[in-house]
Amino acid sequence: MKLLTANFLSCAVKACKSSPLSFPLHFRDAELASKSVPYNPLLLSNLLPRLDWPALVTSSKELGFTLPDTKPELPRLSTSTGGDDGDMNMSVDGGSGVGEEDEKTLKMLHKVLMETEVVEGKMVCGSCGFEYGIHQSVGNFLLPSHLV
Amino acid sequence: MSRPEDNLPPDLFYNDTESRKYTTSSRIQNIQASMTNRALELLGLETPSLILDIGCGSGLSGEILSEGDPPHTWIGMDISPSMLAVALDREVDGDLLLGDMGQGLPFRAGSFDAAISISAIQWLCNEDEKGVDPKTRLSRFFDSLYACLKRDGKAVCQFYPRDDKQRDMICSAAIKAGFGAGLLEDDPETKNKKLYLVLTVGGEGNKDITGVVKNMDGVDVYDNRKKLLAKAKGEAKQGTKAWIMKKKEADRRKGKIVKSDSKYTGRKRNIKF
Repeated sequence: MKLLTANFLSCAVKACKSSPLSFPLHFRDAELASKSVPYNPLLLSNLLPRLDWPALVTSSKELGFTLPDTKPELPRLSTSTGGDDGDMNMSVDGGSGVGEEDEKTLKMLHKVLMETEVVEGKMVCGSCGFEYGIHQSVGNFLLPSHLV
Repeated sequence: MSRPEDNLPPDLFYNDTESRKYTTSSRIQNIQASMTNRALELLGLETPSLILDIGCGSGLSGEILSEGDPPHTWIGMDISPSMLAVALDREVDGDLLLGDMGQGLPFRAGSFDAAISISAIQWLCNEDEKGVDPKTRLSRFFDSLYACLKRDGKAVCQFYPRDDKQRDMICSAAIKAGFGAGLLEDDPETKNKKLYLVLTVGGEGNKDITGVVKNMDGVDVYDNRKKLLAKAKGEAKQGTKAWIMKKKEADRRKGKIVKSDSKYTGRKRNIKF
């Protein structure tokens, strides 16, 4: 379970749909791993507006690392800056107006969202307390039929 | 041809042996790859996006998503633990979830740029256990899918309906959820025909499938809506036999006593009377 996924998951129990506490799900007994994933700055800049930053800060705190309290701001990257067939890194380093600061933020986001994985553990809903197990980094979101 | 849907529920049908068979068969790999590419073509994504793969299985289609140009990031969901185990063995890039699409998708609103589903949603029509209603499951699935896609988002679901009735049931559930829905049929009238349900969420320019396929070659558009509209208008002209039959049928449903139908129903009386 990547932190990216966790930032989009909310409790699926019917009674929790309307409760603000059902998001984000809270990590318990989490075992972390790091998996290297190709760096994709375009995707990150595309995702950033959709991330729920306070939720991400909460989840990362539960996993034992800290993020800045406010959502970092980035200039929106576009595909057109990529040139002919230069790879993604080149297009960012090239004259698309991405400074060193932004580059650092992107790398940080990449590390947190894409490369950090919860391998074993639980996710708990803050509203109903239902526990979703995570085994071998696969989250179990099957519900018993009476909760659907 | 036997349908796996007719044998067992999906989580039991795709056990360890069946999952391995499915993933290693080069025939299935080819079909799956071509369908995924077609779905991607229909989605027409230009920037790297976050895609939901519903019924991702062993990640055959997910691989194509992450290797495509531009490379996408995907989150897969499947109900079969064995399939997901195979996906883990193959070390796919996407994040995996064990879940039942008929219970609704556990994502907050506006999460995904797009969604694909290859050969999965016909399973929703199964009635495997007592008290399971395919219609409820379909509407839960489409409602939650509609919610978790962002505006301007698109979903392409390739599926194998058993018959026209099942196809219509799936389509009408999607429309009821609010999607602009359309069907694309590849290789019609052949054994290899493939049906794609193309769903769009609001937005300018892609209100429905006609906007999606506008720039594609070799696609004929049949718009059934105008015909349906005309039919609805022309229907039940007062005083016609069809109108009378409809009224009688409605009264019968209410439990009223209604004269039985005969060849004389709705006819004028003879001049002799």
